[in-house]
Amino acid sequence: MSELKGWREVPIAGICWKLSTEFKTGDWRTFKPVIDQNKCVKCLTCWIYCPDEAVEWDGEKVTINYDFCKGCGICANECPVKAIEMVLE
Amino acid sequence: MAVKQIVMGLNGDEAVAWAVKQSNVDFVAAYPITPQTLIVERFSEFVANGEVKTEFVTVESEHSALSACIGAAVVGARAFTATAANGLALMWEIVYIASSLRLPIVMAIVNRALSGPICIHCDHGDSMGCRDSGWIQMYCEDSQEVYDTVIQAFRIGEHPDVQLPVMVMLDGFVLSHTLQNVSILPDEVVSEFVGYRKPIEIEVPYLGKVPMILDPDNPLTFGPLDLYDYYYEHKMQQHDAMEKARPVIKQINEEYYKISGRKYGDGFIDCYGLEDADIATIVLGSTAGTVRSVVKKLRSKGLKVGVLRLRTFRPFPAKEIVEALKDVKVIGVLDRCGPFGGFGAPVFLETRAAFYDETKRPLIVNYVYGLGGRDMHPALIKEVYDDLFKILETKRIEKPVKFIGVRE
Repeated sequence: MSELKGWREVPIAGICWKLSTEFKTGDWRTFKPVIDQNKCVKCLTCWIYCPDEAVEWDGEKVTINYDFCKGCGICANECPVKAIEMVLE
Repeated sequence: MAVKQIVMGLNGDEAVAWAVKQSNVDFVAAYPITPQTLIVERFSEFVANGEVKTEFVTVESEHSALSACIGAAVVGARAFTATAANGLALMWEIVYIASSLRLPIVMAIVNRALSGPICIHCDHGDSMGCRDSGWIQMYCEDSQEVYDTVIQAFRIGEHPDVQLPVMVMLDGFVLSHTLQNVSILPDEVVSEFVGYRKPIEIEVPYLGKVPMILDPDNPLTFGPLDLYDYYYEHKMQQHDAMEKARPVIKQINEEYYKISGRKYGDGFIDCYGLEDADIATIVLGSTAGTVRSVVKKLRSKGLKVGVLRLRTFRPFPAKEIVEALKDVKVIGVLDRCGPFGGFGAPVFLETRAAFYDETKRPLIVNYVYGLGGRDMHPALIKEVYDDLFKILETKRIEKPVKFIGVRE
């Protein structure tokens, strides 16, 4: 932890002075989901199920945002064509 | 100049409902519990009749009632709820969250004994239990004060220096279900006095200055994890806000006097007969009226007695109490709350502590009374003053805590 602020300097009510996206939580992961783009049918089931909005869809390809994916494996479990494999980090 | 007011026959619960009706409240969520039920009933009638624009949400528990109020308050709404005893106990977790999220929610607590054995009648054990939860606490003597204090509570809690939730206490049944003449201010006068909630501005580096509300266009994070590196700083801010509430409570009491012609002491303490008193009691809530009538009788016999009614318990007015009672020789503190295992009950402990640094300290004793709605009638109060006279004579405290009105 760098410079710690005093109680007069921090916003009240525990409100963050940084956006939550600045806190990369992907390093909590043990297994990472890897998508086989050849098997993927772009049904977006994984995108719907991901509890952390870490599955991204750009209109052409489904990808995983590893900055925030915590490796829960729900996407791999739900994928109807088994295109996602959980790989030990 | 006080404005012309209409007098209505209202019980304490209805007085709360009327104050909320007139205070531009955006959101109410509540779950009924005796003796608070009438507040919710009356208010839901106002909603059903289209007399208010308030969003009224019925919930399945008190835990949800206060949670819903937090949700509303965090997007900038003026929120109100009401409960009593076991309902307050069920809210417990959320009581602390409301104050630490610095949301100026107003909650009426109709004081009722906590189970068990299950009892629906008045004592202060419920609200005293959360005296250190970071809420401002104000105890009312009669239904007029209940009406006035609920209106004031919105101004106090929402003051930019304060930003804390406020509990307004009224004694179960004694006030909640007892009809009294209550002067009601015109709608527009109350509306102008309380205005509409204006969330404070907060500065964060990634946005600059923005209103402190949940808003997708200016995203703020409320209620994140806070560990040993910052939790303490946030608690320090809550303590600071309580200190800053002191002048605000006094100021609002005076401002309200200007529109209504009514004020309650300095907003914190309400003194009677203390100018020359050797003996005084400290009391909260509806019992104060009975004590005052006993004091009047005793004073008419030439006895130098007085009474200090404590209106605001949090923040605790230690300086004001010491100043008001500095020439008193014996103080009896009446607590409607059990001291189980403690040195005494809450008001007694705080009063004794307040005098500790004084060179001239009065003798201070504790009288626990009225648990579970046990009546504190004039003869019992007279017994307390007789006992205090005995202590004045002997200058000795045999028992610091006594239980009044319990059968041996």
